[in-house]
Amino acid sequence: MNDVENNARNTAVHAAGVSLKDLRKSYGSNEVLKGISLEVSPGEVVCLIGPSGSGKSTLLRCVNLLEQPNEGTIHVGGFEATNPDVDIDKMRRKVGMVFQQFNLFPHLNAQQNCTIAQTKVLKRPQAEADKVARANLERVGLGHLADRFPDQLSGGQQQRVAIARALSMDPELMLFDEPTSALDPETVGDVLSVMRNLAKEGMTMLVVTHEMGFAREVADRVVFMDGGVVVEEGVAEQVISAPKQSRTKEFLKRVLDPTHIDISK
Amino acid sequence: MAMTARQRAKVSLYVQAGIFVVAVAALILATDWKTIGNSVFNFAKIGPMFPDIFLIGLKNTLIYTALGFIVGLSGGLLLALMKLSSFPLYRWIATGYIEFFRGIPALLVFIAFGYGVPLAFGVQWNVTIVVMISLGMVAAAYIAETLRAGLQAVPKGQLEAARSLGMPQWRAMVSIVIPQAFRIVLPPLTNEVILLTKDSSLIYVLGLTASQYELTKFGRDGISSLGAGLTPLLVAGAFYLVITIPLSLLARKFESRSARTKR
Ligand SMILES: Nc1ncnc2c1ncn2[C@@H]1O[C@H](COP(=O)(O)OP(=O)(O)O)[C@@H](O)[C@H]1O
Ligand SMILES: [Mg+2]
Repeated sequence: MNDVENNARNTAVHAAGVSLKDLRKSYGSNEVLKGISLEVSPGEVVCLIGPSGSGKSTLLRCVNLLEQPNEGTIHVGGFEATNPDVDIDKMRRKVGMVFQQFNLFPHLNAQQNCTIAQTKVLKRPQAEADKVARANLERVGLGHLADRFPDQLSGGQQQRVAIARALSMDPELMLFDEPTSALDPETVGDVLSVMRNLAKEGMTMLVVTHEMGFAREVADRVVFMDGGVVVEEGVAEQVISAPKQSRTKEFLKRVLDPTHIDISK
Repeated sequence: MAMTARQRAKVSLYVQAGIFVVAVAALILATDWKTIGNSVFNFAKIGPMFPDIFLIGLKNTLIYTALGFIVGLSGGLLLALMKLSSFPLYRWIATGYIEFFRGIPALLVFIAFGYGVPLAFGVQWNVTIVVMISLGMVAAAYIAETLRAGLQAVPKGQLEAARSLGMPQWRAMVSIVIPQAFRIVLPPLTNEVILLTKDSSLIYVLGLTASQYELTKFGRDGISSLGAGLTPLLVAGAFYLVITIPLSLLARKFESRSARTKR
């Protein structure tokens, strides 16, 4: 992507960048993040890959302070998230989060899932909130299912509602934690295409995923994590097709060819 | 003699049925039907209990139960939230309260609030207030545990999703977690109401005026005034069943509904 395009994307929406400096997080004596530094520019799409247990979710959850880091600084947009005086709720409004397990509110229908935080947090009038919710449900291709409850939707539909719910808050940054890992294979494509469109529209995105095709096509950069550290990062195509580090190669070999079983172990 | 498993099951069933029939027959033979007819099933003499046991007794039992439940539910919710709080002092207070009030007979609580507290503080409480406080405080202890379990049954991801949308903790609890917990606890909560209905009878330890009588008091009064033996208690008992059986059916309905869907 050239600079002109990049600039166009940056001005298309208010986008918040992320800047992590030397982030550390431990659970008891188990240090999960061992000094992570990571930059996501406004409008950039960064995919975070790595083996299970390497700390990807923890990193993502630190960005909107679902987990409190032990050390290091986090900047999101104009906020210094790690400043103890920061208004966490205000900061989180700028950051949309999409979970592996969707976490839709089961007692509310799709439409209400998208309006509740608008009316209760942003204090938007109900009519306006409904309009925004509707528009975002259309955006993810589910306008016709607005009055369905989560248990009446397929996994892929639920995940798209979850994306619409986050978008309804007009976030400047979207975090995705393995958004397609809990889905039936045939519904993965719908969710990925929603995310692809979002990226095209210039949303800043930090995406944990095992979908290498998506990462290669959509991500500006790919970051490979293992054991709580960033092992390798760079342009998506380069990291995925020509990784430099042996741990990255090893991981990619397993992900890209899941039928490959090393019987020597 | 070799039997198949099915034959053995059949024989065992016959044996059990036989024992049951013999036991019932023995009970019928051993019963003094004449005395029982006079002192337990003597329905000819209970006319004077009506319509007051219905208009006053049933009504008061329902009112006392409802008041106790309202206090119990509010107090129980507060205690449940305290028990789940990250602030240790709140947890200790809630735990202490719950263990105390679950551990002593409700009767003692009625006596304490009916006689002890008014004496100690020189206050005059009418019966309704005493029932409301006594029943409510005992109920709060039980309901707190029910609600705590319900709140903990709501997946953690729900709170996280709400918080990540920018909701403050209290808002996430009010709009997202508590409504879901409430659906989970509806069946056990209905059972609490059944227990409360029966516990409201403990009011008999207080001095009541006629307009404050509830079902059990009507039953006890009937024993001494009607000369129909224990029959009036049987009548009172029937009225309790009129309240509790529908509640029981309701609880079962809630249960099957929440088993079908999470909504
Ligand atoms: N709440 C928690 N308490 C204790 N340990 C945790 C918690 N969350 C994650 N961990 C540990 O942190 C490590 C990294 O987890 P996670 O960030 O979920 O990895 P990933 O998302 O890359 O699979 C794992 O070893 C996991 O067991
Ligand atoms: Mg994870």
